[in-house]
Amino acid sequence: MKEITRGAVVKDAGNSVVNKTGSWRTFKPIINYEKCIRCMICWIYCPEPSIYKEDGKDYDAPKEPIKKLPVPVIDYDYCKGCGICVNECPVKAIDFVKEVK
Amino acid sequence: MKDEWLFAPGHGMCAGCVVPALVKHILAIAGKNTFVVNSTGCLEVATTEYPRTSWKVPWVHVAFENSAAVASGIEAAMKKFGEEGNIICFAGDGGTADIGMQALSGMVERGHDVLYVMYDNEAYMNTGIQRSGATPYGAWTTTSEVGKANPIGNLRPKKPVADIIAAHKAAYVATVNLAFFQDFKKKVEKAMKVKGPRFLHAIVTCPTGWRADPSKGIEIMRLATETGIFPLWENENGGKKRITYRPKKFKPVKEYFKLQSRFRHLSDDIIEKIQEDVDRWWKEHSE
Amino acid sequence: MLRGNESVAYAFKLARIDVFPMFPITPSTLVPERISKFIADGELDAEFIPLESEHSAISAAIGASLKGARVGTATASQGLALMHEILFIASGMRLPIVMGIGNRALSAPINIWCDHQDTMAERDAGWLQFYAESNQEGLDLILMAFKISEDKRVLLPSMVGLDAFVLTHTMEPVDVPEQEEIDEFIGKKKPEYLTLDANNPATFGAFGSPSHYMEFKYAQYLAMKNASVVIDEVFSEFTSKFGRKYSKINEEMMDDADIVFITLGSCTGTAREFIKMKRKEGKKIGLLKITVFRPFPKEEIRKALKGKKVVAVIDRNISFGFGGAVYGEVAAAMNGMDESPKIVDFIVGLGGRDITFNTFEEVLSIAEKAMNEEVDEINWIDVDKEAVEKEEII
Repeated sequence: MKEITRGAVVKDAGNSVVNKTGSWRTFKPIINYEKCIRCMICWIYCPEPSIYKEDGKDYDAPKEPIKKLPVPVIDYDYCKGCGICVNECPVKAIDFVKEVK
Repeated sequence: MKDEWLFAPGHGMCAGCVVPALVKHILAIAGKNTFVVNSTGCLEVATTEYPRTSWKVPWVHVAFENSAAVASGIEAAMKKFGEEGNIICFAGDGGTADIGMQALSGMVERGHDVLYVMYDNEAYMNTGIQRSGATPYGAWTTTSEVGKANPIGNLRPKKPVADIIAAHKAAYVATVNLAFFQDFKKKVEKAMKVKGPRFLHAIVTCPTGWRADPSKGIEIMRLATETGIFPLWENENGGKKRITYRPKKFKPVKEYFKLQSRFRHLSDDIIEKIQEDVDRWWKEHSE
Repeated sequence: MLRGNESVAYAFKLARIDVFPMFPITPSTLVPERISKFIADGELDAEFIPLESEHSAISAAIGASLKGARVGTATASQGLALMHEILFIASGMRLPIVMGIGNRALSAPINIWCDHQDTMAERDAGWLQFYAESNQEGLDLILMAFKISEDKRVLLPSMVGLDAFVLTHTMEPVDVPEQEEIDEFIGKKKPEYLTLDANNPATFGAFGSPSHYMEFKYAQYLAMKNASVVIDEVFSEFTSKFGRKYSKINEEMMDDADIVFITLGSCTGTAREFIKMKRKEGKKIGLLKITVFRPFPKEEIRKALKGKKVVAVIDRNISFGFGGAVYGEVAAAMNGMDESPKIVDFIVGLGGRDITFNTFEEVLSIAEKAMNEEVDEINWIDVDKEAVEKEEII
């Protein structure tokens, strides 16, 4: 049965996460952590937002001290593959490859 | 650990649309105690298809032209109840420069404590790229078509909405560009601190309507400012404009145009004319 | 003694409205003027928003109502027409806003006097509609409208019509209830539904796809049905508390009546006196006043018209290409009656043209004729038809 509320009020804030918009993707951005300098520009500009910050200690890094910094991680459930992160990355650390489904 | 943005993914905004990035940052700075009024437009339609919503703050949409009036009512009720909180309107250029101009002017004139953000992609994109009062001279849209009799496209200059609001002596007015993130952040933070009517004019790329590569949205916006087409400035209470970013060496406007097919038809003469207009603006605003 | 607009203002004050968004328009402007003074004198603790248009006034009303405020406003004619788009949104969002209307003609030509064209044009907007015969009714109906609109079974906005000038600007004796009595009658409690609340962030005014839109409209349809029940409850509670009797339709001199005049608003008084006079001549005429137009009291009207011979609908509006709006609705209500009376429509009093005994004489003569022979379905009264036939196209 449909969920019908008074005046079409939606009470579950942020429940759009059930829509996995990653299915829209035709190209897939892949972060190359050996190159990633953790500048977070991709995280800033990801419009979805589908790039999150994670603890960087378990990720490769160009230099050991960088591992202390948070690392950007792409959530492919939502990434629509717009490529803004690829274009904006100052060290060209994000590859853009054809999506294989 | 996933970040707690106040704007959730899973919405229907186009890939490469910059608007959600604008929204997520403004909400992050404003915080949870924020009430959003959203005019009809892409942002509203694509983020709240019942029974889903991307919004994690109280959010309301009433119509296309009246967000400023709805916000005025919310603010009055909060005053009556002695409640504190931020009220932010998000509206496109059509919902602001054209159909929402009257309600916005009234809201600013009456002095309501509301931040109004115009996300400007320079045409009615939600209905399919029709010209608005904020469409720049020379842009192709589906209602400023280009052909033998009109090789230019849109024949009128862009309506200076931020200047109009500043002329109301609004508490704070600024133009913002996400591509200049520190400038953007500083201005939003300032807008959140100031009391009274505030207005931000944010340029946002619409890859669909600008006929551009979706990955180039931020790059195009950066060029808008680096060419001088979209100057970054702020002012308070209708005072003198303060330019917050002055390119050391301006890029030619042609560089901005060449990434967008909506300007593809422009002849060198027309581009030269636009370049002169931009140069004149900067001359008038020299230090 | 109060003018009709003052009745509305006093009712808003007694209802302890939180927010009053407004835009001035003749003939309802005295409402905001009085509210402004109440606030200035410290008699009413409300936020007054002087908006730049009626469109924005009703939009601000929605904003305030969403924040949990009790909201009243007032308008008329062009102002109501300018609100048109937003009226549907207020009802669709299920907000119990109450609005006083100074019933006034619509342009063109521009005209500031009375008819019911403005509210009749909004009868499909999802608002409850009440029509006052007197300033006392204006005050009482506004008060009751809050209680009805805010009832959880309803949650729909209401508009209460008072005829332009005839009521809005005319002094009449009005019994203004004590504040304590009204506090007890409608009370002021926090809405028992989600409002704009940072601790409980909800989305209001979401996009409704074909998969869901129709269910929301059906919910409004049911809420209107519920309103019919709630109106009866509130009217009878009001009568028991304040003594004044209200019902959706008011029947007078109906028992032996062959001909029934159906009226709305202030012309009811003229009709009543006319009928009383004619009854002395032995004419069997009854009077049916419609107080509640939305939800339309179909059942009540059907029952009241049983066994009658001719129904004369007094329409102070015109639905071009059809006839009077009230006529259309009454005719529909009569559908399914065993022996339907004849129904005849009379278009009267547009743009403030006086409705007098002469008007009703003509109505009666056509209604009497209809007892035995065919008459025109739609009859314009008090209009210089000859002049219009010679209309110059210039």
